[in-house]
Amino acid sequence: MNELEAFRQETRAWLESNCPPSMRTPMPSDEIVWGGRTVEFKHEDQRLWFERMRDKGWFCPDWPVEYGGGGLNPQQAAILDAEMRRLHCRPPQINLGIWMLGPVLLEFATEEQKQRFLPPMARGEIRWCQGFSEPNAGSDLASLRTSAVLDGDDFVINGTKIWTSYGNKSDWMYALVRTGPMEPKQAGISLVVLDMTSPGISVSPIDLISGKSSFCQVFFDNVRVPRAQLIGELNGGWALGKALLQHERNAMSRFSESALPTHFDLDEFLEKYLGDPQTPAETALQQRAIACLMQEEAFRLTNRRLFETLRARQDASGLMAIAKLVHTEQERSKFELLLEIMGNHALGWAGEGFDQRELDLTGAWLMSFAQTIAGGSSEVQLNVIAKRVLGLPEAK
Amino acid sequence: MSLVYNEDQLQLQDSARDFLAARSPVAVQRALRDEGSALGYSPEVWNGMLELGWGAVAFSEQDGGLDFGFAGYAPLFEEIGRHLSASPLLSSVVLCGGLIEQLGTDAQRHHWLPALISGERRLALALEEGARHQPDDFAVTARRDGSGWVLNGSKSWVTDAVSADGWLVVASEADGGCGVFLVSADQPGVQLRTRQMIDARNMGALQLDQVRLADAARLGDNAACAALELVLDRGRACLAAELLGLAEAAFAMTVDYLKTRVQFDVPIGSFQALQHRAARLYAQLQLARSSVMAAFEVLDRSTGSVRERRRLVSLAKWQASQLAQHVGNEAIQMHGGIGVTDEYDLGLFLKRMRLAQNQLGNADFHCQRYGDNRGA
Repeated sequence: MNELEAFRQETRAWLESNCPPSMRTPMPSDEIVWGGRTVEFKHEDQRLWFERMRDKGWFCPDWPVEYGGGGLNPQQAAILDAEMRRLHCRPPQINLGIWMLGPVLLEFATEEQKQRFLPPMARGEIRWCQGFSEPNAGSDLASLRTSAVLDGDDFVINGTKIWTSYGNKSDWMYALVRTGPMEPKQAGISLVVLDMTSPGISVSPIDLISGKSSFCQVFFDNVRVPRAQLIGELNGGWALGKALLQHERNAMSRFSESALPTHFDLDEFLEKYLGDPQTPAETALQQRAIACLMQEEAFRLTNRRLFETLRARQDASGLMAIAKLVHTEQERSKFELLLEIMGNHALGWAGEGFDQRELDLTGAWLMSFAQTIAGGSSEVQLNVIAKRVLGLPEAK
Repeated sequence: MSLVYNEDQLQLQDSARDFLAARSPVAVQRALRDEGSALGYSPEVWNGMLELGWGAVAFSEQDGGLDFGFAGYAPLFEEIGRHLSASPLLSSVVLCGGLIEQLGTDAQRHHWLPALISGERRLALALEEGARHQPDDFAVTARRDGSGWVLNGSKSWVTDAVSADGWLVVASEADGGCGVFLVSADQPGVQLRTRQMIDARNMGALQLDQVRLADAARLGDNAACAALELVLDRGRACLAAELLGLAEAAFAMTVDYLKTRVQFDVPIGSFQALQHRAARLYAQLQLARSSVMAAFEVLDRSTGSVRERRRLVSLAKWQASQLAQHVGNEAIQMHGGIGVTDEYDLGLFLKRMRLAQNQLGNADFHCQRYGDNRGA
């Protein structure tokens, strides 16, 4: 038996005896365990699973042991991942910081910074949020204006960040700030990390058209951040930010894989809300529903082709570039169609006569409008396809 | 097979691309149209395809084929579309050859398959009676007559009918099932009227008047419906691959044009209004390609249910037909005036697209069929 096979056997045995059976069931989104200063467990199995994986260093299996990781090589990490999938193990915790900031710190931070930030991250002790977008810097992120001015050994930060997911529940933030106001816009940006309990920070949750959301706006009023918390070079933050966004796509797909999104199956709704026999108008709706299902199947096949293209070591950049655009727009069309199928049942906000599933559907429909905007709007995705995939010229 | 071409398919694609670029550029199609060719394809190009073994790709060695698997037709028909190349490969080999392979007796297979594979003889499928695809209800009847058969009725839309050595006629039988009959071109009682379509290919109208056939003219002894459906699914997949190739070519012409056409002192491809439309076409091309690949995958393997095959083939034909509609229209619009001139090739692509979209089931037909075949 070769070494990797031995590792697989050992890992499988360990998971089988250490992952509680209740942690091998699909995870509804309200049962996610978020790492951080205060971790909340809904039941004992969650705590056990969290602590056992933490103690193995398997929150970050492929990080070096010296920074609290599991020290696995890429093949071993892939085996652990495959074995966890095989047993349907839930992620013991979700911490976007590990998936996004971690790799960037490993690559760009000083030794002292790595020693300081990585081990607590690897133990699930700090919950991180991201401070990138601003009210006037959305698709044009490089125009961000939150300023960081050196004053002795500290930066003094003023400004505001918006669309910060869980800004009100996070312990630390990594943020892009303007340190070079006179430089060309990409060349005056730095990446800093800061404690969310610092004096001068205030956070307001944002209500969306769908109701409560995890998004927040964060305000900085003369917030002092030690210079030692600058990651990378002064004014060198843009490249790091782009690296982070690369990891964001990866993190978001892992996130959506692990937490069970509320699934709305068209068939279920067709059966429930269309009459039997159908009126001609209902038959037309049914036909549109079939077309919608066909688009979904074509997208699933395209994801499979993306995977097979990567496995065949062929260029998959075009397929990657369309994924977010196609998926979020298909979802929105599906919800619009469900709205028509359900009629008034999908248009309720509260009160008797609406069941929870109907109210959830209404919320998910409204939320689908955010998905085609967040994380690079459809228009930004189209720009990327036009320029990088098709090679169309820049506008003058 | 997977959703990505393997080495063998890529090789086949390369050789097809070289051959078609050299011997069957769009100029050949234009010349056929200009001279009003009755045949609708170039015999030289067709012979070249046959020499390359394109007739033999999917048949077993026993039947005189190459045993490459049906998946070989994905890259071939994609390239046929890309080069706008006309040939009876679909009508004579994939459809008629497929029916004889599926239904024929040993004697029929032996007599016909090597001749179809080599191109020594050519058949056309007499299936459609109405203007839109109708694969399972036929007014043409086959009645028992002593030890033989009598056929009556008309098949109005027979692709590549001109100069065929004969036709495979699909007819209803007394028990409500269907049978497929070999009718040779010189058979008494058969009248052929021909018409030229917008893609410069021909469709014939066959009038069958008390056509008396020997028992041996029927393909095999069993009901033909299931085999007919399988073979039509193969044809639909080939048309979907052709449509994909046609759309790829029209899209490439359009992207080139956007990069080179200058108005207001800049290439028009720098305008975001056009960039976004082109980017959307690109996304739709990818969805269609994945669907076409999945259709060939399911046809290439023997496992899998009939419903799954129907669903994936209909998904491919639906996607490819919608794609062609969208790309064809956008390509012409984004080209502006030149796009509607006869001199420019885009119009030839548009015309072929519409024919291939309508053949063997348009988008609505396949949407309906997908819905009818959901579930295991």
